[in-house]
Amino acid sequence: MSDIPSELQYTKSHEWIRMLPEQKIEMGITDHAQAALGDLVYVEVPEIGKQLAAGGVCAVVESVKAASDVYSPVAGTVVASNTALAERPELLNESPYTAGWLVRIELDAAASVPVLLDADAYARYVAASAD
Amino acid sequence: MPFIPHTPDDVADMLGVIGVASIDDLFDEIPEDLKATGLGRVPAALSEMEIGRLMSERAAADGRALNFIGAGAYEHHIPAPVWAIATRGEFYSAYTPYQAEASQGTLQVIYEYQSMMCALTGMEVSNASLYDGASALAEAALTAVRANRASSSRRILVPRTVNPTYLRVAEAIAGNQGVRFESVDFDRKSGRTLLESLRPYEGSDITALVVQQPNFFGVLEEVDELNDWAHANGALVIAVVNPTALAVLKPPGSWGAPGAARAGADVVCGEGQPLGVPLSSGGPYFGFMTTRMQFVRQMPGRIVGRTLDAAGRPGFTLTLQAREQHIRRGKANSNICTNQGLTVTAATIYLSLLGATGLARVAEASAARTAALVRALTELPGVRPAFSGHRFHEAVLILDRPVAPLLAALAERGIFGGLDLSASHPELGCALLVCATETKTDADIARYAFALAELISTPYVEPGAAALNSQTGA
Repeated sequence: MSDIPSELQYTKSHEWIRMLPEQKIEMGITDHAQAALGDLVYVEVPEIGKQLAAGGVCAVVESVKAASDVYSPVAGTVVASNTALAERPELLNESPYTAGWLVRIELDAAASVPVLLDADAYARYVAASAD
Repeated sequence: MPFIPHTPDDVADMLGVIGVASIDDLFDEIPEDLKATGLGRVPAALSEMEIGRLMSERAAADGRALNFIGAGAYEHHIPAPVWAIATRGEFYSAYTPYQAEASQGTLQVIYEYQSMMCALTGMEVSNASLYDGASALAEAALTAVRANRASSSRRILVPRTVNPTYLRVAEAIAGNQGVRFESVDFDRKSGRTLLESLRPYEGSDITALVVQQPNFFGVLEEVDELNDWAHANGALVIAVVNPTALAVLKPPGSWGAPGAARAGADVVCGEGQPLGVPLSSGGPYFGFMTTRMQFVRQMPGRIVGRTLDAAGRPGFTLTLQAREQHIRRGKANSNICTNQGLTVTAATIYLSLLGATGLARVAEASAARTAALVRALTELPGVRPAFSGHRFHEAVLILDRPVAPLLAALAERGIFGGLDLSASHPELGCALLVCATETKTDADIARYAFALAELISTPYVEPGAAALNSQTGA
């Protein structure tokens, strides 16, 4: 059973979102996602200042057997990227919700936060997809 | 490897398992209007007898004339062992085998090839090759677009001193992916790309600058200042280089003035044909590409790595495959590239036989033969060199009359006299691009000069002027 912290929100494409003050979010990929990908060998994070569209690709994670795009659930601007992952992609396997965060985004003024899954809903979604 | 065809029963069984009525139904998801209904210029199939005859005729036409055309494909001596070894059963395949790791010898050849290309270009990592030099430039442009993350313009500056055929291919491949190639003029006197012509682009978002060395005219560009200009303006440098010339010229990995903030080109590509691959009327050749390790994930094509197996023994493996289409599908770095196994094998053997010293001798001899050719031809009245810049093994000559009829007359005498530049570079007037490699003797050069002297011995009269004269005479 994968770790799904109750204070975070989730997407069906297995990203987690932490609400920060001042219209900012922090995001990464879930414990379930990192386990499914296996040992990560490379993580590509966006440049600071990059404009992201809701549903657009904001990062790429690559394991020994697959490469996957990570999608931003919101429209906004990149304010921070976890550049430590370039040297130590394994941080994402070890601590997907803390040291393995991917990107911090400042929401566009007009953007609304989309409806995300809470921890219970995401846990049910993961369990259902496993069947 | 045995060839095992599918019988009609096999096909029917397999379709039955997945519940599809016919092979055509497998392609249902492709909209009708996107399907090719006929292959236009592709001729109907030929029988073995017909194809054998056709290819014999083509082969007989190849390599008969005394050839002074370069322009991207160069006639060099190929030592006999190159193809004697490359066509051994162990190597003789056009393709990297499936289950690549089962073919350790093939992977080792590619690994050695990659190591040699890194040494020649002064770069950190090479792929296993691409189709040819022109498609390598297209892939280099797309690599630069992915690698230059600070740039969003997809604008790539291409001096008019870059091979025009390469540019056409790059536009055909990368143009549909939003990459714009913008032309930069050259200095009429030296035949080089000057910093002045780049000044108008300062302050705008440029993704990359292409620098061809030696350039299409055979002239040596001032690569250090071009390299530093690009980096100072946020652009990456795509080097297009002749691998033979690299034996005597500064490798792209060291381009830039001493003490430059960031030394070296960023992506290096070119045509591998000069390394032991015959002209063969235009192919098959191979393209090469090397880059910085920092950009390896943006590079297309296969990459062979050296590793240790579970028992700690060294071995070779395909690596960084998450860039490629069998994993990344539509988002792969390239969906049209492959490596050229056979010609790369020949190039690896060629480089191994010649070594650094041998390749430098080929380069120096070629430059000397071209200098002799230019001397012989420019002694003729009405023939002068177009440019003052330093040359490698090609030169542009300006004639006092149209080039095409002269080339046709030379061809009748068994001489391919060079490439007419009137279509690609009309601003030069009657311009002829010539090349001599180490394969051309003094007697060959004298034969060309004698034939050309004969053809231009009568003063040239423009066709329009002649018509006018005959009218007044009538």
